Amino acid sequence: MNGLSLFPRDLLAEMDRLQRRLMQAFEFSPSIRGSARGYPALNVGSTPDSAEIYAFAPGLDPASIDVQVERGVLSISGERRSELPGADEKSSVHFNERFAGRFHRVITLADDLDPDAVRARYRDGVLHVSIGRKTAARPRRIQVE
Amino acid sequence: MVANADPGMSARQRAEVDSPALVPLVDVVEDASGITLYADLPGVPKDKLDVRVDGETLIIEGETALEIPRDMEATHVEVSVPRYRRVFALSRDLDTGNMTAELKHGVLKLRIQKAERARPRRIEVRGE
Repeated sequence: MNGLSLFPRDLLAEMDRLQRRLMQAFEFSPSIRGSARGYPALNVGSTPDSAEIYAFAPGLDPASIDVQVERGVLSISGERRSELPGADEKSSVHFNERFAGRFHRVITLADDLDPDAVRARYRDGVLHVSIGRKTAARPRRIQVE
Repeated sequence: MVANADPGMSARQRAEVDSPALVPLVDVVEDASGITLYADLPGVPKDKLDVRVDGETLIIEGETALEIPRDMEATHVEVSVPRYRRVFALSRDLDTGNMTAELKHGVLKLRIQKAERARPRRIEVRGE
């Protein structure tokens, strides 16, 4: 081995590592169902009054998104159509990375969330579901006498 | 990181050192009259999307603007960076002066026409 051949290989390995890190940042940990490359990606947060769920689901007709809360589970499902041309059309596909097909993701909800206090909005391709906590479950400050 | 950006760098190099960003997934389709690119940019509103051509480089950049309650604590995060960036090299047969872009439900649709001379022409074969 000499230094000359080592250098470009290291550089390639480094680029490969960076690329993989970027892909990981976008593709997340794989789902056990392996489907849909995690479409839509989910961010979940919590406030004293609510749970906030953000589903990164671009390119959907808002009316076609199915959001359900049942027995402590929030499920988000729907279908995204492919924009790619049919096989008979005179065009060539250079990149085909975007998800197409049916998707379904579920989130287990905490016990203190109220299934009757759910609000869902779809904006800029992100579905934001906000679920309120049951009033009794909210932390209350106890006055010390 | 910005300190690394010296004026001698290309637009592409500058964009890469500025800040970390996710790589948006794309579909790219070419037909006889041009190229159509679809990019997934969920969470990016129109005013935070930047599509530009610098020489023969196409740069797509966007920042997300989500409605996040001030007192929210993240408990599960799959999208950890509020920014997207992807750079493509364009070929000379594309007419960058003839581009249209629309953003709908977090999907950018970019159409770039081919230059007139690059379009396929059917040559008529004449017989006797």
